[in-house]
Amino acid sequence: MSTPTVDKKPPVKPGERDGDRWNRILRDIVAGNAAVAFFSVLLAVIVGSLLIMFTDEQVRDTFGYITARPSDFLTASWDAISGAYGALFRGSVYNNQADDFATAIRPLTETLKFAGPLIAAGLGVGLAFRASMFNIGGRGQMLLAGAASGWVGYQFEWPWPIHLAVAIIAGMVAGALWGGLAGFLKARTGAHEVIVTIMLNYVGFYLVFFALATQSLLQAPNSANPKSLPMKESATLPKLLGDRYNLHLGFLLALVAVAVVWWILNRSSLGFRIRAVGENPAAARTAGIDVGRTYTIVMLIAGALVGLAGANQVLGTVTSGITTDLDAGIGFDAITVALLGRSRPVGILFAGLLFGAFKAGGFAMQASQNIPVDIVLVIQSLIVLFIAAPPLVRAIFRLPAREA
Amino acid sequence: MKLELRGITKRFGTLTANDRISLTVEPGEIHCLLGENGAGKSTLMNVLYGLYRADEGEIVLNDEVQHFTGPGDAMAAGIGMVHQHFMLIPVFTVAENVMLGNEATGFAGSLDLEASRQRVVEISERFGFHVNPDSVVEELPVGVQQRVEIIKALSRDAEVLVFDEPTAVLTPQETDELMGIMRQLKEAGKAIVFITHKLREVREVADKITVIRLGKVVGEAEPTASNKELAAMMVGRPVELTVRKGPPKLGDEALIVTDLRVIDHLGHVHVDDISFTIKRGEVLAVAGVQGNGQTELTEALLGLQDHVTGSIELDGHQLVGRSVRQILDAGVGFIPEDRQTDGLVGPMTIAENFMLDRSHTEPFVRRGTLQLDTLEKFATKLLKQYDVRAPGITTPAGQLSGGNQQKVVVARELSRDLRLLVAAQPTRGVDVGSIEFIHTQIVATRDSGVPVLVVSTELDEVVALADRIMVLYRGHIVGIVPPDTPREVLGLMMTGERPEGAVA
Repeated sequence: MSTPTVDKKPPVKPGERDGDRWNRILRDIVAGNAAVAFFSVLLAVIVGSLLIMFTDEQVRDTFGYITARPSDFLTASWDAISGAYGALFRGSVYNNQADDFATAIRPLTETLKFAGPLIAAGLGVGLAFRASMFNIGGRGQMLLAGAASGWVGYQFEWPWPIHLAVAIIAGMVAGALWGGLAGFLKARTGAHEVIVTIMLNYVGFYLVFFALATQSLLQAPNSANPKSLPMKESATLPKLLGDRYNLHLGFLLALVAVAVVWWILNRSSLGFRIRAVGENPAAARTAGIDVGRTYTIVMLIAGALVGLAGANQVLGTVTSGITTDLDAGIGFDAITVALLGRSRPVGILFAGLLFGAFKAGGFAMQASQNIPVDIVLVIQSLIVLFIAAPPLVRAIFRLPAREA
Repeated sequence: MKLELRGITKRFGTLTANDRISLTVEPGEIHCLLGENGAGKSTLMNVLYGLYRADEGEIVLNDEVQHFTGPGDAMAAGIGMVHQHFMLIPVFTVAENVMLGNEATGFAGSLDLEASRQRVVEISERFGFHVNPDSVVEELPVGVQQRVEIIKALSRDAEVLVFDEPTAVLTPQETDELMGIMRQLKEAGKAIVFITHKLREVREVADKITVIRLGKVVGEAEPTASNKELAAMMVGRPVELTVRKGPPKLGDEALIVTDLRVIDHLGHVHVDDISFTIKRGEVLAVAGVQGNGQTELTEALLGLQDHVTGSIELDGHQLVGRSVRQILDAGVGFIPEDRQTDGLVGPMTIAENFMLDRSHTEPFVRRGTLQLDTLEKFATKLLKQYDVRAPGITTPAGQLSGGNQQKVVVARELSRDLRLLVAAQPTRGVDVGSIEFIHTQIVATRDSGVPVLVVSTELDEVVALADRIMVLYRGHIVGIVPPDTPREVLGLMMTGERPEGAVA
């Protein structure tokens, strides 16, 4: 009996094949088509409606005599669902119950304000996705960036545009270093970026926490709280529509970032290499592309983009000082945004806007309809779930498979 | 059992994959279905196996019209399929795999594994398969795994056996063994359908040959037909099977490899102190059974191997220790042995794949910006020049057929200014028409004065292209011999024996 000689490259590193498989799954999820993204949102909203129904007391009461008067149940359900989504809409886009237009449009500006950092961080995660890397380190990168931006923001005394620019750049550099570290370790040692970025989240968190609790470092003088001094006026992102609205320059910076990332991916040789490495690292290497260097560069840029989100938080949204809450969950929401946006810059822009609306509207929903804000979280989570399970969504909506 | 397909038509949207195909296979007969990749062979067999419903036509077994709604029906009717990609569960034993989907159960649904073991032993002994029912499938050689598939079909009393490109994954020896098994099955009265695009195999075992092209039966042939006749039927035009090439116009020694040694990260030696030279305008073909250091040799030439000692000199420049980028820039063209893994980025477009190894420099990149107009013109020209059959330059490369994918790789590499061409398995899994084209291109490259290193496990290809043949065995050079060396001698050398008079 002959022995097999078909195994192509006999010394396969242990786990390497497994890694390939995960990369492929990741690629499939990340490259899902627009229809799947759209229907995932739709499906999540439908399931969310059911949850709203079941958490509503009136609906539950009418359910008790549903066989006797089904119309009561249906009316109550409709009221609950339309009330909830109506409140979500009023809280995120246009409040038709407001007295004047200026107040009515305020929710939209809130949505944009929330969307800014989500878009920037989403770009950071999405760009890494395109190189087939999973950047879960958004939180750590944001914290480091926020700390760096904040330090520049309260420490120095410079004229307005310069101070702001330096503070933003400091944040982006800090984020880039924190992200780039993961890329560098992957390139040099093969350490998986998922593990490294998760761990760097903890390291970053405790590092910033330590600095905020130490007098000689970031902690405000004569204070016992883990918080820094507030930002100087000259380092804050200016409000775009006057003091009535909270919307600040950060949103426009996020839009610029969308354009820059689009250009990098679609028009630059760097983006070409990123895509080649992401889709097939073996072929990229054979074609003379330095795969490790590309990983490092991608993570540097990704970290800088997430860093922009961190700077945005400290210098724009909450200017009262650095805290360890500054990331506000954006580091993780960014993963969802990138997934929903299919790692395309324009897709991420719209996904960021949607999630910004969820953030802005969620509170209004809780306040006016007494529906727990967690429903919004559930809807967001369901979106991720459905995007990660394209076959399910395809089966439900009978979309054709990609490779038929 | 007699199998008849009558006027089978299967359409996918506007594409007609099978167009009124009729076929009769008698018991005790090996019927070959010959056709290029994408001719519609596999579609036809999937119709037969109940995986697809035919739009028209009928399947008749022993004069009874069948209506299959799934593979279960086909199996119950006595049709067994040996797939190209095995449908086995790697961590199960042979016996477990054989019973899978057809589990014999005893009291309270307990599995009767013993019955399955018995069945495996019985079939294995009857046909001389040498398969142990308790072996775990993933630990078995590929050839034996295939026998497990055959046992699986036989254990369900299959009378019609379909082999879908069974030799694609086998070594030459395993292929010979499979041919033996097919003959035995035929003598046992089974009707056998053998799908392939390899002419040599067809002529060896077939009783009848049906040739399919573009979804239609284009003719029937006798096994006595010549390769040339069969190839012409398959491709639809006369095909040159022998490479037309004149005597080499030799120049200086361009590539000088001295004491080259390649070690992997586990310390295994794959290429062991080998030295050779290639002159300008010469093809040195490397022969050998796969896994004897050829892959590592070509990768070392391109700088893809990490632990390389010795010297590789191209036109006086040392290549050892340089990066892949620098070696490509020094004028080395590389056709990797596995185009899908190493040659192409499947989801990227044909045009993007054309510039894959030129993403750092003019003319396609200027100041970090892609020059899309230049690329478009270049890709359009190359597509035509290299006869890549594709809807357009923006088609993802992964969607092309094997032959056209390979043409994309060949076009990319040959469109650069080369000082050395390294072609590893340049025509593996490529249809006959494309093989002819690629061989012509390689010879043309040689004739333009470029030294060429060709690696192939197909002896035919080695003999056809070589000006000299270098035989590798376990990382050593067994000998470097002229191309008119008899095949038997080359075959012996591939097992490590050095015949008299061979130059090392």
